[in-house]
Amino acid sequence: MNTGIPLTYFLILAAIMFFVGVYGFLTRRNLITILMSLELILNSVNINFVAFNRYLFPHKLEGFFFSLFIIAVAAAEAAVAIAIIINIYRRFTTINVEDVDTMKY
Amino acid sequence: MINFTYTVSILIIPFLMFILLGLAGHKLKPKLSGLLGTAGLGVITALSYLTAFFYFFRGERIDGAFQKITAYNSTWLQLTDKLHIDMGILIDPISVMMLIVITTVSLMVHIYSLGYMKGEKGFERYYAFLSLFSFSMLGLVLSTNIFQMYIFWELVGISSYLLIGFYYQKPSAVSASKKAFIVTRFADLGFLIGILILSYNTKTFDFITLTDLNGPAISQGSGISFLGLSVITWSMIFVFMGGVGKSAMFPFHIWLPDAMEGPTPVSALIHAATMVVAGVYLVARMFPIYALSAPAALNIVAWVGAFSSLFAAIIACTQTDIKRVLAYSTISQIGYMMLALGVSGYGGHEGLGYMASMFHLFTHAMFKALLFLGAGAIIHAVHSNYMNNMGGLRKYLPITHITFLIACLTIAGIPPFSGFFSKDEILAAAFHHNKVLFAVEYAVAGITAFYMFRLYFNIFWGEEMRYEHTPHEAPATMTIPLIVLAIGAAISGFIPFSHLVTSDGKAFETEIEWGVAVPSVLIGLLGIGIAYIFYAKKSPLPDKLAATFKYTYRWAYNKFYIDEIYLFITKKIIFRYVSEPVAWFDRHIVDGTMNAIASVTQTVSFRIRGFQSGQIQKYVFVFISGIVLLALILIYMWR
Repeated sequence: MNTGIPLTYFLILAAIMFFVGVYGFLTRRNLITILMSLELILNSVNINFVAFNRYLFPHKLEGFFFSLFIIAVAAAEAAVAIAIIINIYRRFTTINVEDVDTMKY
Repeated sequence: MINFTYTVSILIIPFLMFILLGLAGHKLKPKLSGLLGTAGLGVITALSYLTAFFYFFRGERIDGAFQKITAYNSTWLQLTDKLHIDMGILIDPISVMMLIVITTVSLMVHIYSLGYMKGEKGFERYYAFLSLFSFSMLGLVLSTNIFQMYIFWELVGISSYLLIGFYYQKPSAVSASKKAFIVTRFADLGFLIGILILSYNTKTFDFITLTDLNGPAISQGSGISFLGLSVITWSMIFVFMGGVGKSAMFPFHIWLPDAMEGPTPVSALIHAATMVVAGVYLVARMFPIYALSAPAALNIVAWVGAFSSLFAAIIACTQTDIKRVLAYSTISQIGYMMLALGVSGYGGHEGLGYMASMFHLFTHAMFKALLFLGAGAIIHAVHSNYMNNMGGLRKYLPITHITFLIACLTIAGIPPFSGFFSKDEILAAAFHHNKVLFAVEYAVAGITAFYMFRLYFNIFWGEEMRYEHTPHEAPATMTIPLIVLAIGAAISGFIPFSHLVTSDGKAFETEIEWGVAVPSVLIGLLGIGIAYIFYAKKSPLPDKLAATFKYTYRWAYNKFYIDEIYLFITKKIIFRYVSEPVAWFDRHIVDGTMNAIASVTQTVSFRIRGFQSGQIQKYVFVFISGIVLLALILIYMWR
């Protein structure tokens, strides 16, 4: 089942996705976009899991199951996060993360 | 053998009464709580008389000596196998005698207070405190060991404090109560040191073992010595220091005159008849050790007693507050008792002084309580403490007048009243021991008669004052105790004390020594005569005399400036050179260190609080930077 694409490529792709996600998480001001960046981070991890499973332990399934779990949990997390964002909007009438800074000294 | 276990209830009843009146008193009617307290005391008075009857007339004697009976004993604190503190009840001649004194005077004071304190705010609180005092005082005299005695000793101190400060709105009463507590507490420090030295060397707290003639305290007395005195002597000197404080002997007498700020019945009970003689009782309790093992300490007892009695008698001649005169008179009479113990030997006729001291304690309790209660009736009628505001009261207060006169004759030592007998025994004991002490006490007997009759003539004779309200005789609740105590003061001299209360428990015969008795009566009469000339009618003589001995008079009037000396020592020396540097150290070094730590923390946290910006993305940035850094370090280390 060797398609010829080396493992390193997957890892590089996952790393790029991860840091794109981190960058978006740190620089975006919109909470929805931050949430999207978070999904990118999670998905990069998924790619890692699947790739490692496929290349290193081809007769086992733990990696696949783990990524399935992550997808399910990410869906729940997105639901909760959006609920929080809606509440923040009601409270502050904005979803700009810089304006939500009442939890300080 | 008679079972004395029931005597436990003598302690339990007043304690329960204190709990009841203290916790539920404000819910009861004041009169009911007063009656309850009085009834409880009536029961224990009856029990005490019963005990005395059984002990003295039905009890067993071995070789003709009264035995010391431990009626009840239980281990209270078992600290180690050998060291344990017990609580118990010891029945012996002096404790039974003290039971009679305390319960009689206390019952009279309870009844008297029903009239005297009527309508006062905190009536039930007053009775609760009286019950607490009765409990503590009875516990003190019934103690089986010196540690139990120390506990009750402090308890009487606290009840005295509470009762002196009964009128807590009055600043003078508050400061007097504090003074009494602090002075006696300071003296009790000596007592505690004495207990520790004594019990460390004898390995016991128990009185019966301590005073046993073959016991460790007496047989191995002169073991280690320090500054020329044996360690037992030192411990007895320290124990006596506690007694000096409680009994208001020089130099710890300063609290007693101020303690007169309390209600008058309290002065009668605590500061005349019972608590202040606790010091005498303490010395009497340890007497075999003093007499056989620590004669130097006993000598100190004698001289302190003699000096205090003379000193206080001189001051009493110049005071104008009638209660203060009586307070100084109390100091003087307790000085007599101390002196009598100090000149006594142990056993048989040698122990005459011991017997005389206990005898005088008994009669003094009667007549001094009577004097104070009489003074209370006078103050009740005139609404003043000062004898300048009194005069010619004999028409208005006939019962008080007669009873007061009996008390004055008793204290002046005029036969056939009881004071004559007890004072005669003391003078006889002093005469056989030391002529100087005898001379001092002989002079004091005259001065006593003089100042008591100065008081008497000033109050009941002299010029009649114009009173705003016509003075009237006190109600029956107040006059009945006066009459009862007057009878006690008049006839208690005929009690054959030498058959009942002696140093070794064995009876011995005494007779009145006319060679001592006749001169002492004569000097008493002389004192009365001088007082009559000076004060029975208005006379310029006292003022003239005061002008002649101007300096002496002023010194005595100002109580020889002892209070001022104390103030000087505490304020100018101790406060300035000890307390203030210590306070400075505390404020600047101890507190300063703590404050510095606190302010450094505060400054630093104020500077760095900007990190807590509320900007989530900054937190995440720091977090991720940290992770990356860690990862880099990890990779680097792996290589």
